[in-house]
Amino acid sequence: MSAGQVLAGAAAAEHVRSGGPQRAWRRRAGDWLLPAFAGLALVYLLVPIAYTFAFSFNDAGRSNLVWRGATLDNWRDPCGAPAVCSAVVTSLQIGVLATVLATAMGTLVALALVRHRFRLRATTNLLVFLPMATPEVVLGASLLAQFLNLRIAPGFWTVVVAHTMFCLSFVVVTVKARVASLDPRLEEAAADLYASPLQAFWRVTLPLLAPGIAAAALLSFALSFDDFIITNFNSGSTDTFPKFVYVAATRGIPAQANVIGSAMFLAILAVVVLARILTARRRLA
Amino acid sequence: MAALAGLSPTAAAGPPPGRRGARWTPYLLLAPGLLWLLLFFVLPLVLLVTTSLSEPVPGGEVGQTRPAFRVANYTEALADYWPWFLRSVGYGLLATVLALLIGYPLAYAIAVRARARPLVQQLLLVAVVAPFFTSFVLRTIAWRQVLADESVVVSALKALAVLPDDARLTATPLAVVAGLTYNFIPFMTLPIYASLERLDPRLLEAGQDLYAGPATTFATVTLPLSLPGVVAGTLLTFIPATGDYVNAALLGGPGSAMLGNVIDSRFFRVVDYPTAAALSFLLMALILALVALYVRRAGTEDLL
Repeated sequence: MSAGQVLAGAAAAEHVRSGGPQRAWRRRAGDWLLPAFAGLALVYLLVPIAYTFAFSFNDAGRSNLVWRGATLDNWRDPCGAPAVCSAVVTSLQIGVLATVLATAMGTLVALALVRHRFRLRATTNLLVFLPMATPEVVLGASLLAQFLNLRIAPGFWTVVVAHTMFCLSFVVVTVKARVASLDPRLEEAAADLYASPLQAFWRVTLPLLAPGIAAAALLSFALSFDDFIITNFNSGSTDTFPKFVYVAATRGIPAQANVIGSAMFLAILAVVVLARILTARRRLA
Repeated sequence: MAALAGLSPTAAAGPPPGRRGARWTPYLLLAPGLLWLLLFFVLPLVLLVTTSLSEPVPGGEVGQTRPAFRVANYTEALADYWPWFLRSVGYGLLATVLALLIGYPLAYAIAVRARARPLVQQLLLVAVVAPFFTSFVLRTIAWRQVLADESVVVSALKALAVLPDDARLTATPLAVVAGLTYNFIPFMTLPIYASLERLDPRLLEAGQDLYAGPATTFATVTLPLSLPGVVAGTLLTFIPATGDYVNAALLGGPGSAMLGNVIDSRFFRVVDYPTAAALSFLLMALILALVALYVRRAGTEDLL
């Protein structure tokens, strides 16, 4: 069955109000076809997560490939495979540093792009867009060529530099949307009330931008924490969590990696579900 | 005069207050970010081009090159690796189309069907982004194990005769494309959801009132209005999918390697920087050309 049929069926269900038995059948089919299709798609999305979660309980020993019985040992001692934990710590450090740098610089660029008219505006927009349209292999390879050329040995700090670079564009785009939706009259009001430009910025503009900046920071952190390709090119012997998992894949990943992945998943899921429930409540009210 | 005009309360079109006269303000705001992009994005790309034209130093160490204008690096790279180019673009396109066929109905179900139930809608959205909550390398490896010969899923499919007994799923192009599709469905679904969610239901009713059938309403109202989301989603999928090599490395075999795998091995295993650089540059040019063509055809230049 093609997706087009599903869609037509769905549309039919929405709008056919009366008709013969054939139409009634189509309507009923449309009523469940789309949800069924969406359900299957969600299963497709969630299979590997379920697998990762299940195998975090595997009594695996060295390589976590075949099910050998359930145990809680991996969860009791997530640092049982020390390399996993040190890779996670490295990823967290890089994520925080890259997020702080990218969010600070990106927010300023976004402010300039929305609030000011200047000569290099179109060029700046293009420059911000291009890294997002460049394949990661190319970003990673060219940056490594640069570091090698400058005789800088790749390691922790080169990864921070690389992550800051690709997070920057995403911060600009995210914060830009927030700045654009901001009413400039609020700042005018602050100025009318004798706030200096700097005061107006700190006490009016920045608090109003905070949700956009927070979203940009979260996005940056997520992008940095999960990045593999650019990291692989620029990390030398430094292991981040994704790189550790990738390298370990050839000889078997310790079950502790599944524990970390699952714990991360559950923690973020809890926060996001809570936030969404609050959003839904507000929308209902 | 300009200062006087700026003082008058009706000068709403002027720059915001407090920034008048400070013509250097935007440049100060831009300086750190732009400098970063120049140093770590533009300059490396320039270096990539010069590296791609350089030649090995005769009798030098492995990987040692000197500046040159060796265009043959490009022609040789193309002659040697054109099948990988075709495969990358082919897999990228296939994954994009599949992600669209799965992501559009999914987005439609969440945005339009679940509209009346905000809680369901919000939870479904969480399910779509849930893969992002855990590492993408870990998820791709999970797929490898799910598709492995001895896995429960494959055995079950064989027992049900869905798969022939001697079928293999790992190390096939099918596994690579399925992995790519899987990884990018959320990137496709979210922008389409965003554009469908903003769709005014009264427009659909209007279509119906004007005696349009459901299919006509969909084709003439819903689809065109969701096109910005489709364009954004296809770009967010096609660009990273075509450049990806993690799926091919973890799920594919030697016959399904993509250009990213070649670039990676030229860089790290063969230490042949000129060829790696030429391939990178060609990949980028190819993707940008296809994207430009597509965006022009879709008539949505203003999206960028």
